[in-house]
This record gives sequence, C-alpha cells and structure tokens, in this order.
Amino acid sequence: MIYNLYIFDKYGTLMYYSEWNRLKQSGITKDEEAKLMYGMLFSLKSFVNKISPIDPKEGFLFYKTNKYALHYVEVSSGLKFVLNTDTTATGIKDFLLQLYSKIWVEYVVRNPLWTIGTPVTSDLFKTKLDEFVRASPLFGPKII
Amino acid sequence: MVIYGVYIVSKSGGLIFNLDHNVPKIETERTESYPLSYSLEYEPKKVSVAFGQKDGVNVGHVLVSVNGILANGCTLEDGRDIKELIENKDNYPLTLKFSRPKMTTNEKIFLASMFYPLFAIASQLSPEPKSSGIEVLEADTFRLNCFQTLTGVKFMVVAETIQPGMDVLLRRIYELYADYVLKNPFYSLEMPIRCELFDTNLQALLEQVEKNGIASI
Repeated sequence: MIYNLYIFDKYGTLMYYSEWNRLKQSGITKDEEAKLMYGMLFSLKSFVNKISPIDPKEGFLFYKTNKYALHYVEVSSGLKFVLNTDTTATGIKDFLLQLYSKIWVEYVVRNPLWTIGTPVTSDLFKTKLDEFVRASPLFGPKII
Repeated sequence: MVIYGVYIVSKSGGLIFNLDHNVPKIETERTESYPLSYSLEYEPKKVSVAFGQKDGVNVGHVLVSVNGILANGCTLEDGRDIKELIENKDNYPLTLKFSRPKMTTNEKIFLASMFYPLFAIASQLSPEPKSSGIEVLEADTFRLNCFQTLTGVKFMVVAETIQPGMDVLLRRIYELYADYVLKNPFYSLEMPIRCELFDTNLQALLEQVEKNGIASI
C-alpha cells in the first residue's frame, strides 16, 4: 500500500507532495511537516555515512517501523524521492527511478513553464503521477 | 555472518554501551609521484581526500602516515607540516597511507544521541496511527536493527545487510543485559555499563552467532 510521496530538491525545498491512503496526519502544517521530513532525511544520511563500517555508495536506502516503511532515492542532481509504503512492499527503488525518468523528466523537466527550484504546480504532472502510482501493483490495500 | 557492532542507548538518549565487533580495517598505502592525482583537504585535525578517488583511496579517507611516519592532525610525528611536505615537488616520491576514518568515542556518543530524535520523528511522521520508531534501518553497506524495551532502553545491532534473525539476537542481548547489568549491585541506571560478566557473555554470544548462525541460540 502506498501512503504518500514527497519530492525534495537539493536545497530541501518541497517540490511536490501527494498522498493516497494516509490514515494519520502529523498534526502540523504541510510546510512544517516537509521541513521536519527533510531535516530527518538530512540527519539520517549523515548518520548512515558515519556509522557505516565500509565506504557507502548509495548510503541510506530505507527504514521500517512496525507500521510503515520509508523508502528514499536520491538522483545525482540531488533530487530526492521519499515514498511511504506498508512494511511488506518491495522493489520500491526501481519504482521511484521509473517515476523519475518517466514522469518527472517528461512532465516537469521538459515543461518550459516550470522554473527550477520552485514547487511543481502543473496539472498534467499531477494527473500523470497519480495514474502512474495507481497503476502500480504496489498501490492498493495491504496484502497480508 | 558478520556483526559490526552493538550499541545500547539509555532512555534519555545517552550511549551507555558500545562494542565494536568485527569492523573491517580499510587502509591503502601507495607510493605517489608529483603531482598527486587526487586533491586533499587540510583541516586542523585531519588531512582527508576531497576529490578524485582511485585504487582504494576514496573521498573522505584520512591520511594516516607519510613514508611510514604517523600523521598527527596537520603535522607529522616528527613535527613537519604535512601540507608543505606534500606540496613540495622535491620530496617525491612519497609513500602515503590512507584509511577510512575511525569513529572516536566522542563521535559514537554523538551518533547515539542523534539516533534518538530520528527514532522519535519517524513515529511522528508516520502515515498510520500508533507507529513505533525505527526498527530496521538499511543502507547499501549495512543494516541497523533497533529494539526498544518497554522501559525505553534501545538496543542496536549493526550487521551485514542480508542477515535474518537479528531481532532474536537483540532479545538475547536484552536478556544478558537484564541478567548481568541490572542484577549487578554496583551498576546505577542510565550510567555507562562497565560489567565484566556482561562483556564476556556478549562477546561469547556474538561469536557463537557468527560461527553457527542465529538458530544456535
């Protein structure tokens, strides 16, 4: 089951946020939540790089709690994709890389009306992303 | 089966126990000619590789020794300045030894207290109600398993990524903690654990797990 998706740029600006099956709100504004999330990811990255016994290449991949899993993919330009799913989901990394190449590059980067560093407001992107996520086998109720 | 380390963090986020078990030593020694193919960064406390990794010398590695003489911050043991030495063409060829930086005890305490808010934020940002904190954290080089007891003490094991049954091991360590630390009349809660019996039993447990697998405990 896919809960929600955050996209950050390399400066930590929230480029896009979307949610599907989210059952609990954090009780703070979306703006503050994004900052909290980015701060946590930033710390996680440095934590992982320091505690790693050998030289990391990709670094942090995901964490799991008893209720959900947070998956993290960063592309070389510093764009970060964060996807929350249930704990049993697999193959999220490929899914996010597909999302990057098929949806982000096509409908955001190739959109001349989008200025780099600003949140994405394009409706086309929104619909395509929604379609893409809903079409994935990862979407939908948890398989137990 | 490789276990890299065990950490125990108290309820208030302080590191009370740490054991480095099987940390691989990453060192490379190379004889270099002028000019160096990578660029170094000179900081007051260390000289590290800033750009251009090759043959096992990676970005972030620190300079350990020059021509076999140990480096101490930005100077050598014999008092010579490293920057001058390396940037002078006449000194070449030089034998440089680099290694992945080792964590000092201070850094470990720092990291342990850093995990505490991460654990808390993970449960706050949860999309499902009543989520716990981080239980498994995975990177490409290791996996960290965390087990929090009802009293708030966190046990963490850093191991190889493909390692099932770490939760069983954590519970065993908790058992050892309950037996040898909490029953020790000289131990005060929230303080660093210095109990010989705990050390030896934990060491024995880790060795047993590494040799015979998790099923043996």
